Amino acid sequence: MTALAVKHSAPVFAALGDPTRLRLVARLAQGEALSISQLTEGERVTRQAITKHLEVLADAGLVTDRKRGRERLYALEAAPLDDARRYLDQVSAQWDKAIARLRLLVER
Amino acid sequence: MSSTDTIEKHADLRAPIARVWRALSDSLEFGSWFGVELETPFTPGKTCAGHITVKGYEHVRAEFHVDRVDERAHTLVFRWRPYAIDPSYDYSEEPYTTVTLALSEIPTGTHLAITETGFDGIPAARRAKAFEMNGSGWEQQAVQIAAYLANQS
Repeated sequence: MTALAVKHSAPVFAALGDPTRLRLVARLAQGEALSISQLTEGERVTRQAITKHLEVLADAGLVTDRKRGRERLYALEAAPLDDARRYLDQVSAQWDKAIARLRLLVER
Repeated sequence: MSSTDTIEKHADLRAPIARVWRALSDSLEFGSWFGVELETPFTPGKTCAGHITVKGYEHVRAEFHVDRVDERAHTLVFRWRPYAIDPSYDYSEEPYTTVTLALSEIPTGTHLAITETGFDGIPAARRAKAFEMNGSGWEQQAVQIAAYLANQS
């Protein structure tokens, strides 16, 4: 991975580095957009704390929110990129990893 | 050539060109960083194959159709099928992409340029499939996280 890619991924990893946020992501990964009340259900922390956690996830680009009436619904973000581009990104990421391993091999 | 047809990668390596060339042209060394256990040396006009060693892809037997191993130009060219990772799918009718790895000397060591072309020839369905596989990986990940957390509480 390039330094730039690491920099971009860092907020994502940081956002996922918390059990409450991981649980929120796992719940949203089921596909349905959920309100803060729904996401607070079953959690031992307050609604305010859940809101804070969702803000961290939103800052990292992992969730998006939209208003429905007086509620705010949160959903996991599936980056709306064109398929071909995403496919290339995957292959490209494999190359980045391979180059990193090559670097370790020849620079030691 | 469209922007979706080609991937280009560049890296400056702090190692002499002869060292990097060995890591490219010796199929054992190549395999150690590329992540494949190649069974034969690279020979132009020949196919070199082996199992991928990258985690999650171990079931894949990758084939490299070697076109050029040019020591003077420090250039290696092969064709292969990227992301041919579904064992139940027959990839034999699909076009290859062409990978060119070229080295040049720079003051700090060696510049590596990688070009992979031919992605526009890969059927859209296959691209979508590759994406879906990755996407389902994310879903599976979430399920695993949920299971892990359920065990914790």
